[in-house]
Amino acid sequence: MKKRLDSMELDFFLQQLITGLSNGMIIALIAIGYTMVYGIIELINFAHGDLFMLGSFLALTVLGVLGIDAWTGGGTWLGVLLLLLSSAAFCAGLNWSIERIAYRPLRASGKLSLLVSAIGASFILVNLGLFWGGLPLDVFAGGVAAAAPKDFPPLVPNTNLLGEDSLVQLTPKDLLVLGVTLPTMLALTWIVTRTRLGKAMRATAQNPVAARLMGIDTDRVIGATFLIGGALGGFASVIYALYNNTISFQMGYRAGMDAFTAAVLGGIGSMPGAVAGALVIGLVRAMSDGYLETRWTNTIVFGILVLILIFRPSGLLGSRAKEKV
Amino acid sequence: MAARLNPILAFFAIAAALPLFFGASGLFYDAFQSIFVFALVGLGLNIITGFTGMLNLGMAAFMAIGAYAFAILTCDIYPFQVGFWWGLLLAGAVGAVAGFLLGAPTLGLSGDYLAIVTMGFGEITLDVLKNLEAITKGTQGINPLPRPTIGGWTIELQDERSWYYLLLVLLGVAVLFVRRLERSRTGRAWLSIREDALASQCMGIPPKRTRMIAFATGSAVAAFGGALFAALLSSTGEPNSYDFQVSILALCIIIVGGMGSVAGTLVGAAVMVGMNAIVLVKIADWFGAGDSGSSSNVLASPNNWKYLIFGLALILVMRLKPEGLVPPRLESTATGVPPGPTVSVPPAGGRA
Repeated sequence: MKKRLDSMELDFFLQQLITGLSNGMIIALIAIGYTMVYGIIELINFAHGDLFMLGSFLALTVLGVLGIDAWTGGGTWLGVLLLLLSSAAFCAGLNWSIERIAYRPLRASGKLSLLVSAIGASFILVNLGLFWGGLPLDVFAGGVAAAAPKDFPPLVPNTNLLGEDSLVQLTPKDLLVLGVTLPTMLALTWIVTRTRLGKAMRATAQNPVAARLMGIDTDRVIGATFLIGGALGGFASVIYALYNNTISFQMGYRAGMDAFTAAVLGGIGSMPGAVAGALVIGLVRAMSDGYLETRWTNTIVFGILVLILIFRPSGLLGSRAKEKV
Repeated sequence: MAARLNPILAFFAIAAALPLFFGASGLFYDAFQSIFVFALVGLGLNIITGFTGMLNLGMAAFMAIGAYAFAILTCDIYPFQVGFWWGLLLAGAVGAVAGFLLGAPTLGLSGDYLAIVTMGFGEITLDVLKNLEAITKGTQGINPLPRPTIGGWTIELQDERSWYYLLLVLLGVAVLFVRRLERSRTGRAWLSIREDALASQCMGIPPKRTRMIAFATGSAVAAFGGALFAALLSSTGEPNSYDFQVSILALCIIIVGGMGSVAGTLVGAAVMVGMNAIVLVKIADWFGAGDSGSSSNVLASPNNWKYLIFGLALILVMRLKPEGLVPPRLESTATGVPPGPTVSVPPAGGRA
């Protein structure tokens, strides 16, 4: 690394850094949903990425029903807040219902039946997303081409906060991402480490049978975990839509895969690990897009994943799994 | 043992008789050719996930490796041109080598970490197939591929009934091979590793080598299926024919059929692929899918309900028969161990 960076190269690098971190933060919110569920019932919740997708469809519907113009001017941030809350509530409720209908009855029959049930739920959500895109609303272009990607109105402006002539772009969108993810993660950390519910969650994750013997209603705790994970997915769906300004019923697959990879990379079951893994993936994606060819980005992301797992088999921040005899 | 072979025999007897009731061509043949190919891929995955307990989410990659190996070895735009039969065999061998190369550094990983490595391998394979156009021809796929000849007689592409029986016979050979293997010293080592890696290690079974053999063998069987998939089309098709959905389909086949059961894999393939290729197509016909192209209303086209029906069916089967449609009969009953939910025990594998 003897080569001296001239200012153009530095600007470009900083730009990729900002993009990577913002995308990584969004992935992190989804990844936490994966890792919480995995930590507590050892299920790779395949439906989570598609839940995220439906959250963004709900946000667009809310916008369409209430009228987009209402949010221009000073009301924008209030509007964003409303979207965040409605999508979070929707995704939380949906995630809880999926757990209740498709996972809870199967919990005793083993991990793989649960996995197939989650795959089934994922298929159903994708299909619902397709139908949803066919709603006869203006925001869905009248619902004529249901499968086409939908434009998401740019509620948050794309102006450069570093001044018009700066080559590095830092926009209100990036601040939005930071402003949503950071407080959410702090609140989550507080819930998990400081509250009774958090204690019950940790106990259930460690040993469900013992937790039940101690009087913890594990079914409720698991339900609460799905509620929280779903709400985070809802937050992620809104900031994703506002950041990228386009949504599609198929986007849950890629988002889910990135987030799940992030969760494993960080050490599945560990929440700080999920965030670390998501930031790594966001950065690697941005750097690979910027310095190499976009078409090889997936190969590089997964190549790095495989390499890291070979040398750190429990992920970046994961604890070594203990031998259960 | 005889009782256990019955579902397999029944499957082949029914499959052998079915063409008598159908014409010499049509939807039926397309569907069953897919069922046989995916049964092969499922057999391979069943060795890895069903017998040995390693969750594999990248089976499509090995199918793709088999298909492309077969194409490169036989297509006349490449210098090898080894012919149909050698192509099939060598495609299987290439699959085994690929399985070995992926498995060697990663089989020490515990359950879900291995799962994600295999998923990543599937994505990488897909990218390589798309991007290395000089070799893989990108989205065009490699074609045309040679037709099989048996003693001077060539099976033409249009001769769907002969292809049907060819696939059925090859599937039969694969089933015999896997059944023999399951009962062999190696096969019993696989099952014991799945049930309890530590205990079997104490009995002198080397876990890593045993897993490696399972991984390579399963990959070889899936690659063999992939080669036949390409041979049927006379083309590898576009790389997206081997995407994550295909890996998921393979996984659904063995779990819905019954993990660790060869008969279950056959039934699972018939049910899952049959649902996709026959039932959903038929439903579309009944509701008159003629005007679906304009799609003024997304609900009107039955094709748009496909995933919903598929997903509901998966959840329903798992709720009604979580151990699969044809669960394996547990050998452990003979030793006085109660037949618990051992089959669905997490693929704990190498918790180090």
